[in-house]
Amino acid sequence: MATPAAAPTDHSHAPATGKYFVPAPSAWPFMLTAALVTCIIAGWGYLEDHSVGPIPPIVGALAAFYIIFRWVRGVCLESEGGLYNDQVGRTYRMGMAWFIFSEVMFFAAFFGALWYAREMSIPWLSGEGTKLATHMNLWPGFENTWPTNGPKALGGKFETVSAWGLPFVNTVLLLTSGVTLETAHHALKENHRKVCIFWMWVTVALGSLFLYFQATEYLHAFHTLNLTMHSGVYGSTFFMLTGFHGFHVTLGTLMLAIIAIRLMLGHFKPDSHFGFEGVAWYWHFVDVVWIGLFIFVYVA
Amino acid sequence: MAHTDHAHHDDHAHHGPAPGIMRWIKTTNHKDLGTLYLVFAFTMFFIGGLMSLVIRAELFHPGLQFVRPEFFNSMTTLHALVMIFGGVMPAFTGLANWMVPMQIGCSDLALPRVNNWGFWLLPFAFCLLLSTLFMPSGGPAGGWTMYPPLVLQMGEGFPFLIFAIHLMGISSITGAINVAVTILNMRAPGMTLLKMPLFCWTWLITAYLLIATMPVLAGAVTMLLTDRYFGTSFFTASGGGDPVLFQHVFWFFGHPEVYILILPAFGIVSTIIPTFARKTLFGYDSMVYATASIAFLSFIVWAHHMFTVGMPLAGELFFMFSTMLIAVPTGVKVFNWVATMWRGSMSFETPMLFAVAFVFLFTIGGFSGLMLAMAPVDFQYHDTYFVVAHFHYVLVPGAVFSILAGVYYWIPKWTGRMYNEFWGKTHFWLSAIFINVTFFPQHFLGLAGMQRRVPDYAVQFTDFNEISTIGAFGFFLAQFIFIFNMIKCMSKKGVPATDRVWEGAHGLEWTVPSPAPYHTFEVPPYVGDDETQSLHGAAKAH
Repeated sequence: MATPAAAPTDHSHAPATGKYFVPAPSAWPFMLTAALVTCIIAGWGYLEDHSVGPIPPIVGALAAFYIIFRWVRGVCLESEGGLYNDQVGRTYRMGMAWFIFSEVMFFAAFFGALWYAREMSIPWLSGEGTKLATHMNLWPGFENTWPTNGPKALGGKFETVSAWGLPFVNTVLLLTSGVTLETAHHALKENHRKVCIFWMWVTVALGSLFLYFQATEYLHAFHTLNLTMHSGVYGSTFFMLTGFHGFHVTLGTLMLAIIAIRLMLGHFKPDSHFGFEGVAWYWHFVDVVWIGLFIFVYVA
Repeated sequence: MAHTDHAHHDDHAHHGPAPGIMRWIKTTNHKDLGTLYLVFAFTMFFIGGLMSLVIRAELFHPGLQFVRPEFFNSMTTLHALVMIFGGVMPAFTGLANWMVPMQIGCSDLALPRVNNWGFWLLPFAFCLLLSTLFMPSGGPAGGWTMYPPLVLQMGEGFPFLIFAIHLMGISSITGAINVAVTILNMRAPGMTLLKMPLFCWTWLITAYLLIATMPVLAGAVTMLLTDRYFGTSFFTASGGGDPVLFQHVFWFFGHPEVYILILPAFGIVSTIIPTFARKTLFGYDSMVYATASIAFLSFIVWAHHMFTVGMPLAGELFFMFSTMLIAVPTGVKVFNWVATMWRGSMSFETPMLFAVAFVFLFTIGGFSGLMLAMAPVDFQYHDTYFVVAHFHYVLVPGAVFSILAGVYYWIPKWTGRMYNEFWGKTHFWLSAIFINVTFFPQHFLGLAGMQRRVPDYAVQFTDFNEISTIGAFGFFLAQFIFIFNMIKCMSKKGVPATDRVWEGAHGLEWTVPSPAPYHTFEVPPYVGDDETQSLHGAAKAH
């Protein structure tokens, strides 16, 4: 049984070396969990007004960054050291694809909340469908409008961010960054390393500019428009969606910068650069989410 | 587990386990992590079981006897969270860790370090969650479904509840990505998708469900967090939100979660029954398609958990009919199991006993589910002990029995020793009897109108509650037989197991020595027809 007879090549998943890659034991995952729990305890102290001192947040966050850096660095060195075969490459590609799918579903929860508020809860609160009694008894004056901060006008009167100001500029920035990133990718595939590095830094700059404008827009919303997370369901969905997206852009920009530095250090080959591609996929995903945000949060 | 001596060669491919505790903290080996997952899961089963005993002791008589109502509510809440996220899911992940690489012929899971992370998140997450019990304001008491606005009234432990769920979610997603990528990318030559053992198929589909729905749960609890601390009003009607929105988002996760808890069980039972019936599994392909259909349908039935919440009539009807549709692929599976046993040369070792009991008792849970699927009928049953009886029938003699069956079936391969068959059978009969004593009367209690999640009840419910409590204590005690039986195998006492272990067993895992070496297939094996014919029979062997 299971004698290694001549394998049919058509469904062969065997790596070129004929051996599976198995990494050495590692303490980083355990330590990363400990660091995250330290951050959680710090977060608990902040949320519940318990003084846990400055040590847990600082130590937890620094440790988490350091551990992630060392863990990823180890993977990069393994890759550059030629330990990986085609099968490992496929593993990383598939893993990244599944991970991005999980991120899609994470955003879907918040887009779903936005849809439900606009199509279900607000029409019902205004008396549509079978909810007339609720409307008559609780909030007889409430009408189905969007944007809204609800029947009790939570957070007070507010204005919304115009789609065709900074958000439109940001749309152009992100779409352009997708193009510059692919330009860099093609340059890498054609072994024009310097061109590739140039376009990578252009992409990082576009991402950073996006974040700068996003921060400007937030400040404008807080101080001038009185649009905050307290502004009813509009403020809730607006800041949850744009906030998590902004967080993802921040991570994406950081990762792009790291890839650019790795390119400058001579990492990656024209035919083997999963780290680059994984980050590029992530960036395009963030881009697509933004299109959804622009249409459903800002324009519609 | 064989300790190999050749530690740390240059190519990283050979390394025996490190000595002491660091072996378990640093391990990237799928067998070590499978063991860790299973030990953790059974520890959580024990803790969750103790909580259920608090509940059953309190319900032995009407009125309040032992605990305060708030603490009782904490027990029902944490019992569910511990059993689902700490017991059943890690146990299945542990079985996947052990068996998937051995069944498809690869050396380890695709992402071993991520695998280690996925495991170690769990003990930390449950320390956070259970630590809330020791806070002055107590643990979560609003039910495991965490419906607002009630859950927002929890005390200062609330962030720990939310962040613990986040950590469990990361653990599940990383574990699921690992299993999915392993199955899709690491199969040995000749192991085509439709030759895979069904346990791998059901786990592949489970992994898809996990990756699709755990992020939605993360989103739901994040909205709870911001509603409580950052002034958002997702679930506040006065701000234009809706508490019912939480229920929709939660159950969009929660219903696929139900199948996450049962699909791997289907895979285990589909593996065990052909072995002990000494026949080919009946309808392999239809099993795969039925599993995929169940997974698809699981995304469009969620609101049957919310029939009484005040949905529009169209919603009630849609979710009623889509729910009933699930009975079709599930029925395919049950008929296939029965047809596999039909005219087989059956023998009833402990794994087979648990598997047969699974088919029978899970089907009872399925039928009560069909009753609950009818919206007008559910108005009567909703939030009663009938629901409690229903989901415990699918989760205990369903999911948990399959885990026990799987452990009995594979532990000779893991440890190289046979468990004690007499005590295995004793464990089975005590479990099977007591689980029915515990949960069957709850059907009647529910139909008569006894509410769930209440520490007190009307006096006419006393008799059935007493029976149920006796059953629960009996079931709990019977599990110690299992624990001692397994510890005996792990401490290398007992009859040495052969490589094949079971006369009728087929599959790659039975071609390696017992106990399986620390690294099983460092070079991909070639998969011959001998090892896949149990799935397809001679006709399909080309």
